[in-house]
Amino acid sequence: MNTLLNRATPYLQATPLAVILGFFLAVPILLLLIVSFWDYDFAGMYPGWETFNYTDTLGSWVTWKTYLNTLKYAAMVWALTAFIGFWVAYFLAFHVRSATTQIVLFLICTVPFLTSNIIRMISWIPVLGRNGLVNSGLVNAGIVEQPIEWLLYSDFAVVLAMVHLYTLFMVTPIFNTMMRIDRSLVEAARDAGAADWQIVWNVILPLAKPGIAIGTIFVVTLVMADFSTVQVMSGGQSASVALMMRNQMSLLQYPAAAANAIVLLVLVLVMVAGILRIVDIRKEL
Amino acid sequence: MGDKRTLGFYVLAAFFGLFVLFLYGPLSAVFILSFQGPNGGLTFPLNGVSLRWFANLFERQAVGDFGASFGRSFALGLMVMAATVTVSLLAGLAFRRRFLGATPLFYLTVASLVIPSIIVSLGIGVLFQQVGWRPAWFSSGYGAHLTWTLPFGVLIMFAVFNRFSPSYEEAARDLGASNWQTFRHVLLPMIAPSLVGVGLFGFTLSYDEFARTLMTSGSSNTLPLEIYGMTTNVTTPVLYALGTVTTVFSFLVILATLGIIMAINRRQARS
Repeated sequence: MNTLLNRATPYLQATPLAVILGFFLAVPILLLLIVSFWDYDFAGMYPGWETFNYTDTLGSWVTWKTYLNTLKYAAMVWALTAFIGFWVAYFLAFHVRSATTQIVLFLICTVPFLTSNIIRMISWIPVLGRNGLVNSGLVNAGIVEQPIEWLLYSDFAVVLAMVHLYTLFMVTPIFNTMMRIDRSLVEAARDAGAADWQIVWNVILPLAKPGIAIGTIFVVTLVMADFSTVQVMSGGQSASVALMMRNQMSLLQYPAAAANAIVLLVLVLVMVAGILRIVDIRKEL
Repeated sequence: MGDKRTLGFYVLAAFFGLFVLFLYGPLSAVFILSFQGPNGGLTFPLNGVSLRWFANLFERQAVGDFGASFGRSFALGLMVMAATVTVSLLAGLAFRRRFLGATPLFYLTVASLVIPSIIVSLGIGVLFQQVGWRPAWFSSGYGAHLTWTLPFGVLIMFAVFNRFSPSYEEAARDLGASNWQTFRHVLLPMIAPSLVGVGLFGFTLSYDEFARTLMTSGSSNTLPLEIYGMTTNVTTPVLYALGTVTTVFSFLVILATLGIIMAINRRQARS
């Protein structure tokens, strides 16, 4: 009896997680796959086996442009967050000497990420707006005559806000990986006569790659899923895949939105699978 | 590294300083502007200083139902926190041993993290519609939030148990402790600070989440949905006042959590 209970323990312990994710993740996604083949009109959805939800969306030039635009955001935000994330993590891990200072500085970086995304997005309005801090500063200093119009409600604002929102997702995994780099490797490189930049380039960067990979998964999936930042910061002038879905959802075109969801899901999962080939997450935790 | 600070250190320190300014600068602008005078607008300069916009928050008709949506978000955050801590701890314990289906369950957890929020939201919304249940923040919304907080909780528990030496438990068992006693008196106290951290993640991720709530909250809004609605149709600093209030609340939650973690650590150091 006791050994039976003992053998059953991990199954009992894993059950709540499996049930919750099964019911609120696996089942809904499977249902979306089914619904994406249904017919619909303004009154409701009709079960069927139609493929026009896919052919409509994939046959439209607008869809392709929207996907390209979303990928463009993902690439730009990835490049910026990877650069910032690497150097911030490097500074914290290798240049801050006391462990207490390290924790305090890391917490300073973390706290804003635990506050509302929408509030942090809105907070750029008084900074970047036509009469915002940046523009009035530039005009008063005589650098420009007219306020710069493209600071807010533009692609620039979208990318800036996304970097602001998502950089921590890059800093944390890279910092975590760097903290586990054996310090004697750095010492050995120094003893062998390597300059600081050579140590960063040839020792730390290659060893930090798993952290960068995990950060990349976070940042890329967050940007690919984003609709609120694009909507608020572009002032409705730019589109993303999720925003396109959001509009279809508000028009109750669920099968069309479901087809888009499946296409987006496949794209995201392929990207993640590609990154996972480089890194084993379970080893990195 | 070396004893003398190099030029590289100062360059990086300056870079780090700019990064912190980048993080906090815009937030402080919102904070200052929420004290805008009665005739002031959404941008600088301040037209006098007043609490007008904070008072405005509590007038019902002005900004929708702020109090009720805050109450819902707070309750939902606590519910999500409780479930995230319990379920993550159990799953973390399960994954310490081999069991059939461990790998698929792990990948399902990772999938939960990477699948775009809006897809989860749409899926749960359609599911409830097809089954004929009415979506509500405490049912469909609750589940939607858990798909976001549980992967974080489980991955944190993974990291905790990867660093946890089983020799403590073996020692307890050698001394004749039962499984439950080992768990209750050895394991639980040692991982308590991490569990508090998981709780903080669960609460704040839920309290700020809105893409997943979009299709799943039913007829009544949570606070982030209320704020999102305001971004399109509110043009007075009341928006900033709300931002200040919720941000201060988030800060208090974080501070309280850190306080609890430090208290636990101190008590353990003493005994």
